Amino acid sequence: MLTKRIVPCLDIKNGRTVKGVNFVNLIDAGDPVVLAKQYADLGADELVFLDIAATLENRGTTLDMVLKVAEQVNIPFTVGGGISSVEHVDKLLKCGADKVSINSSAVKRPDLVNELAEKFGSQCVVVAIDAKQIEGEWFVHLAGGTIPTEIKLFDWAKEVEERGAGEILFTSMNHDGTKGGFANEALAHLSEILNIPIIASGGAGTIQHFADTFTKGKSDAALAASVFHFGEIPIKELKEELKKQNIPVRL
Amino acid sequence: MKLVIIDYGAGNIKSIQFAFKRLGVNAVLSNNIDEIKTADKVIFPGVGEASSAMKMLQESGLDKVIPTLKQPVLGICLGMQLMCNSSEEGNTKGLGIFDVDIKKFSNAVKVPQMGWNVIYNLKSDLFKGIEEKEFMYLVHSFYAENCAEAIATTDYEIEYASALKKDNFYGVQFHPEKSGVEGAKILKNFLELNTNN
Repeated sequence: MLTKRIVPCLDIKNGRTVKGVNFVNLIDAGDPVVLAKQYADLGADELVFLDIAATLENRGTTLDMVLKVAEQVNIPFTVGGGISSVEHVDKLLKCGADKVSINSSAVKRPDLVNELAEKFGSQCVVVAIDAKQIEGEWFVHLAGGTIPTEIKLFDWAKEVEERGAGEILFTSMNHDGTKGGFANEALAHLSEILNIPIIASGGAGTIQHFADTFTKGKSDAALAASVFHFGEIPIKELKEELKKQNIPVRL
Repeated sequence: MKLVIIDYGAGNIKSIQFAFKRLGVNAVLSNNIDEIKTADKVIFPGVGEASSAMKMLQESGLDKVIPTLKQPVLGICLGMQLMCNSSEEGNTKGLGIFDVDIKKFSNAVKVPQMGWNVIYNLKSDLFKGIEEKEFMYLVHSFYAENCAEAIATTDYEIEYASALKKDNFYGVQFHPEKSGVEGAKILKNFLELNTNN
């Protein structure tokens, strides 16, 4: 049976991890390679690296980081942040990234999704969507959630699936940072209207939140950052509890 | 040991090269027919769309070469699929090494299958030291039907062949290079197969 995936997300700036990370026995918690290896050993199913300060100038630094991660890490990983062209994706994949995640650039130029899917295959195209629920309706936001649009979440999700996205990474801005649980109602609706995998993001605070997003939210994967980085939720413990609740996981 | 990864422009071969490097083996990337023919072991990778990958193979003449190879050959993901008779993806005629067709998963399940699933009914030295129902990482929308040449099966919508073997030819649908420590074991087993297997 296909298992539900647990996905730690690492924020990257100039090739270094930025969000506070508090693992025991880490020589260099700012080194993405060290962290990624640690997560792979602890049982993470895949990893996401988000370049939060991506510019044209530091693109080389990120590519270098991707190459080093690919060299040493034996589980799949996605790279996102500031990706807006086919040639940039080509470079990332050639450095060993398994998937890329695009967000604002897809909204600005939806054909990018088609171009990437045609050239590299849907399996490596993740479309990340940040959305906020305003008076009952979910609206897509851009640039890390800072710019609102009039695009509706479910319309946009459907469109990117048709354009060839292989997966959707949905972050609820209402839930992100709250540690109050994932946006399960919206997630479940996404799973109902789409036929591609959905990664839940935003709101993880407890083990039960993960269980809920896999059952009530019908999510295929769950992404989180701080609860993993600060050791609040050890991945092994999380997976053991999920298994107890009859949620299929890799243990 | 000369290990060649066939480089015909389809997919993420860096990860495969790195996985062998972690095992202490330097794999050569090549589309040179002589180099491939003289290798001790050959990896046939592939990610992307079947008909365009097949076209690239034809352009370099590799479609004629691969089925004639005598040393152990391991097809990975799309590589494995192209070694079969045909694929529903782009109505592609395959290399015909494995006597099975590639079908598309239906809408009853999410497509692509993406993530970790188990392999079982393990039947080959390729899986020496691998337990039944070990987890492997898979990303695919098309699958090989269960058949006589299956050396592992996986359940997703139906029970399908997640690994195939015929003579010196091996194929795996999953990505051993991305399947953690257990995946690395499979690559190591491949390196240790007798050359005249």
